[in-house]
Amino acid sequence: MRTITLGTAILGAVTGMLGSFAVLRKQSLLGDAISHAALPGIAISFLITGAKDSNTLLLGALVSGLIGTFWIRGIITKTHLKSDTALGLILSLFFGFGMLLLTFIQKQPNANQAGLDKYLFGQAATLVESDVWLMAIVTGICLIVLLLFWKEFKILLFDKDYAKTLGFNTKTIDILITSFIVLAIVLGLQTVGVVLMSAMLLAPAAAARQWTNSLATMVFLAAVFGAFSGVFGTAISASQDNLSTGPVIVLVAAVFVLISFVFSPSRGLLFKQIRFIKNRRDLELHKTLAFMYDIVAETHENISHPHEIKILNNFQGFTKGTLKKLVEKNYVTLQGSTWSLTEEGFESASNLYNQLTENDG
Amino acid sequence: MEQKTAVKVDDLTVAYNYKPVLWDIDLEIPEGVLMAIVGPNGAGKSTLIKAVLGILKPIAGSVSIYGKSYEKQRSLVAYVPQKGSVDWDFPTTALDVVMMGTYGSLGWIKRPRQKQKKAALEALEKVGMLPFKNRQISQLSGGQQQRIFLARALVQDASIYFMDEPFQGVDATTEIAIINILKELRKAGKTVVVVHHDLQTVPEYFDWVTFLNVKKIATGPVKDIFNDDNLTKTYGINYKVSIQE
Repeated sequence: MRTITLGTAILGAVTGMLGSFAVLRKQSLLGDAISHAALPGIAISFLITGAKDSNTLLLGALVSGLIGTFWIRGIITKTHLKSDTALGLILSLFFGFGMLLLTFIQKQPNANQAGLDKYLFGQAATLVESDVWLMAIVTGICLIVLLLFWKEFKILLFDKDYAKTLGFNTKTIDILITSFIVLAIVLGLQTVGVVLMSAMLLAPAAAARQWTNSLATMVFLAAVFGAFSGVFGTAISASQDNLSTGPVIVLVAAVFVLISFVFSPSRGLLFKQIRFIKNRRDLELHKTLAFMYDIVAETHENISHPHEIKILNNFQGFTKGTLKKLVEKNYVTLQGSTWSLTEEGFESASNLYNQLTENDG
Repeated sequence: MEQKTAVKVDDLTVAYNYKPVLWDIDLEIPEGVLMAIVGPNGAGKSTLIKAVLGILKPIAGSVSIYGKSYEKQRSLVAYVPQKGSVDWDFPTTALDVVMMGTYGSLGWIKRPRQKQKKAALEALEKVGMLPFKNRQISQLSGGQQQRIFLARALVQDASIYFMDEPFQGVDATTEIAIINILKELRKAGKTVVVVHHDLQTVPEYFDWVTFLNVKKIATGPVKDIFNDDNLTKTYGINYKVSIQE
């Protein structure tokens, strides 16, 4: 249990980190394509070795994942096809081939074949200590590479052509980053499976993007979200008998995304809506006050000259609510059916007026 | 006075798939000029810059910067890409983008330090963007984003500047600010090459001009060659601009 929790946490951290890069490069679907492309590799390496040792199978997955990735790149650069078409093509082609091989293996007479289908949906329970070690080592290397080439990664993500003119070999950086994404995906296949793996890349990164405007913070947060998804997901699936771990982890990550989309202070829907409503209210208030000011300034010497409320009805932006707010703010006094501006209200309105005319000029 | 040649382009031909975008371009850009590249949409203006800078691989032809190949002279050349070529929602700040201008001289792995930061801040000040240094780049106006790009090129402290439509979608204030900086660069002896769309402002802003429409139509001092004849040859219709003296 401790091994599994540790494994899913590390996996979540590394995929979250690398997922940030995939999301920012607008290659969200790449993860999906790579994970599906890995399936035939698993089947072939089983056919060749006849062993179910997870390291051997993952090596096969890595090779076929890389082949898929470079084919995608090839299709995009050599043909007129758009990247989504290339991704879709490779995804279904490799996955189809992988499924074909899996069914072929299942028809084989020897009894050793059972269990390969765990790579479809993942089975965290099969993680052993050596798997976790492998994940930890890859994560460590990935972290070092990230720190060393941080500047290069950042400029490649933001402005590839410009990076080229500065003398950076963008192809090398690109291959480096993509290889690590492939590696992380392959490591996750045993736990989360081919079908859901891309969510591990995307969900933590998408959630993290909502909370920050700094690349470093985003990558860090994505790693944290990913790790917590792993830990919570494993805990929930363990407490509820027989719940498959991979899907639970993905659902937990999705909850992170949901919370981030709604509650992030700067980009979240909730605060955006609140700001929107508040701005509208302020504007309404200003409009009404400005209108009152206009009447007073044009027709009367005395700023507190009382006016009939009826006059306000000629004005579109006016509501009873805004008048009440203005009274609360002490800008206006109400007496029966007449209103008059207070000294304070007059001053605030004339400031507003000057600001507006200044902006016009 | 004899002028050195800053950029020399020989027989440059670029094609996307089958269709040539640039055909057999010969071009010499003298040192210290402020040159506009004009031509209709699809004339290959951006492509010319990208081919000179090695972003695109030409089918044929060569480019030299002060007599040597571009690869050797990279540090002398700065680039301002089209503003629309990047995602402005990228999580980073104005200062951070300008700092990228120092990455080339730093080379692989080395991190920017105080010296680079100072240079970036100075460049921000030059383009009037210092108060916005910590602003997230998506929260800048189009004109401000363009100034950030300009500042990033200034940090490179190059001798030759290539700019791809720096006046695209900027307000009048920014346009004046940018052109003043370009004129300052020329005064300091730098060479500036600008892809430009607004024919009306060519005589006012630039002293050299290149007419381009897949082939090079003409290149030379604005006062000599910026005329209806060349405009008609480039744009294909009977083009008349009134040049105000």
